[in-house]
Amino acid sequence: MSFPHRHLLGIEPLEPAEIHKILDTADALREILDRPIKKVPALRGKTVINLFYEASTRTRSSFEIAERVLSADSLSIAPAASSVTKGETLLDTARNLEAMNPDMVIMRHASSGAPHMLARHCRFSVVNAGDGAHEHPTQALLDALTMRQKKGRLKGLRVAIVGDILHSRVARSNLWLLSKLGAEVVLAGPPTLIPPGIERLAQVTHRIDEAVEGADVVMMLRIQLERMAGGFFPTTREYHRRFGLTEERVRRAKKDVLVMHPGPMNRGVEIASEVADGPYSVILEQVTNGVAVRMAVLYLLLGGSAEAAS
Amino acid sequence: MSRLLLKGGRVVDPSQGIDATLDVLLADGKVEKLGARLAARGALVIDADGLAVCPGFIDIHTHLREPGREDKETIASGTRAAAAGGFTAVCAMPNTEPVNDTAGITRAIVEKARAEGVVRVYPIGAITRGQKGEELAEYGDLQEAGCVAVSDDGKPVASARMMRRALEYAKAFGLVVIDHCEEETLAEKTCMNEGPVATLLGLRGAPAAGEAIMVERDVLLAELTGGRVHIAHLSAAASVDAVRRGKARGVRVTAEATPHHLFLTDAVVRETGYDTSTKMNPPLRSETDRRAVVEGLRNGTIDCIATDHAPHTVDDKNVEYDQAAFGIVGLETAVPLCLDRLVGAGLVELPQLVALFSTNPARVLGLPGGTLLPGSPADVTLLDLAKRRTVDAARFLSRSRNTPFGGFPLRGWPALTIVAGRVAFQDGRRA
Repeated sequence: MSFPHRHLLGIEPLEPAEIHKILDTADALREILDRPIKKVPALRGKTVINLFYEASTRTRSSFEIAERVLSADSLSIAPAASSVTKGETLLDTARNLEAMNPDMVIMRHASSGAPHMLARHCRFSVVNAGDGAHEHPTQALLDALTMRQKKGRLKGLRVAIVGDILHSRVARSNLWLLSKLGAEVVLAGPPTLIPPGIERLAQVTHRIDEAVEGADVVMMLRIQLERMAGGFFPTTREYHRRFGLTEERVRRAKKDVLVMHPGPMNRGVEIASEVADGPYSVILEQVTNGVAVRMAVLYLLLGGSAEAAS
Repeated sequence: MSRLLLKGGRVVDPSQGIDATLDVLLADGKVEKLGARLAARGALVIDADGLAVCPGFIDIHTHLREPGREDKETIASGTRAAAAGGFTAVCAMPNTEPVNDTAGITRAIVEKARAEGVVRVYPIGAITRGQKGEELAEYGDLQEAGCVAVSDDGKPVASARMMRRALEYAKAFGLVVIDHCEEETLAEKTCMNEGPVATLLGLRGAPAAGEAIMVERDVLLAELTGGRVHIAHLSAAASVDAVRRGKARGVRVTAEATPHHLFLTDAVVRETGYDTSTKMNPPLRSETDRRAVVEGLRNGTIDCIATDHAPHTVDDKNVEYDQAAFGIVGLETAVPLCLDRLVGAGLVELPQLVALFSTNPARVLGLPGGTLLPGSPADVTLLDLAKRRTVDAARFLSRSRNTPFGGFPLRGWPALTIVAGRVAFQDGRRA
């Protein structure tokens, strides 16, 4: 099947078969990363712009590597100021980039819906690399790829997503993806960090022990320390005691549980170091899979040629 | 002066309990008489056959933006939009630049409206100086210069003590205090309604309770002081309930609702893919809230329909959703929307709708008009109830185009707007 989308704005608009298609493509392309010469001409002559309005280490370098491996011509821009307070508007920036005829713009932006605006107004393909608290589709795809590799399937897996669900685009994208592919999702965190209405889409609990019980996968979310000032929880000490993933808590999960984290981690807050570095942790494999998934997304959206990718 | 005879229309005047085919004679800026087959006697005759002839509609919640933001709207453009929308008068909110908090600014607005406006403009003064919520504005002077009410609209009066003083002090002048009800600490950095839709979109939401808390407070303060409070753009089920209970206790409280809160919910933010023409304050709420507002309108808890006409430039709206300005234009869509979605849908009878747009707004703020009683101002709104047309923002007379209703096919449109016996608008595209 050919891939029927021009943009990747989120997981929500994707059909299950399309998600599998991306994951299968990522599986096929990942082998290139183990070659001595990690480069194929699949996207030669295609121009990709990475437009990152928010800081990013993992996502941005992962996209850049994926672009280079597939031989796309790419450049990265990190506008410093917010689009409204100074300088030009997001739309003006996008239209200027458009005038240079890129094939794709990969954008991270603090405002939910910003990539949708670009997709509405511009000719190039748009990949959402994280918009506000809305979606971070390639993160969910790399998480799913990791789970599928380790467990052989996604259907029927019990996945606990724990922490700051309210502000997390990772949680939303994962929730869409996992429920579309038949996994059982349990969300856990303090009630102040659980957004209203999310209980319509997944089980919700305020006790992490309950969420971890019998889980195949435990996915921890980053707690931003400024949330403490916002009154979402009293101290990081109490947060760690009540909602952090400790070794003791991991034991409630299945024996072969996978512990995941999208990074960057706050050790000793949402996750204990022994767990992050322990035998169940697949946190670094997630990062490797991030490159493969982004290669797949670029390849499918830009219509790379199959022969050139082999 | 000129005489105008509106011949053979369906006269709908809830102030007199009239709904009958009659002629209306206007002379010297006043209604002279109503009757069957009146003689023209030198009057200009307008054939009103097939039209509803109503006391002029009054929008008690308009942002004309002048002075200060003439790029968004002017008194000239805003009053033309009002006339095209069937309104013979608008009440201009004071959050201009500078804020209308002194008699000098009020006088400037009144003079500009007299010179350039095509409908009546009633300024509303600020509750507090600069709308800062700290010191009372000079209500006596404001009223003398032409203000018909006070409001810090756009902002709530955060301090209960200040709101109490405003309600008390306004009593000396018989002024109504109009409050924009919002508990700000629950609404910081929000851009839509809190709920499942905001959760899915990853947008920060303000809970409906934040509005209702302030409505409850204002009702209690009106009860405490005996002052007159009017709740602007009520959007939440709990707010409707608070007003209903207040009225039942005899508190001097009235309320308005906007067409967008009557006909849209927060679901459209998602359906339109973050279209910033769905962003306003108060935000579009849930279906439960929407139904409660419609019901409040039907059962008389809500006294009037007001537009909260809030023009913005394309630049203010064509940005990220959370950065976009709050508000939509409403003068040119309010009446057709309500004719189609309330009267056409069988939810509200035409006489009640006329009361909501005319008689009640006049009563709430003590304005002239709202009736076709002989001797009243010759302000008349004529409606073509059968006219079908699609909302086309490109044809708006307003300087701004920020509407979520573009492309809506609607049945029932204003046909003719008469202000002080003179035609302020005539639909040139009448079939």
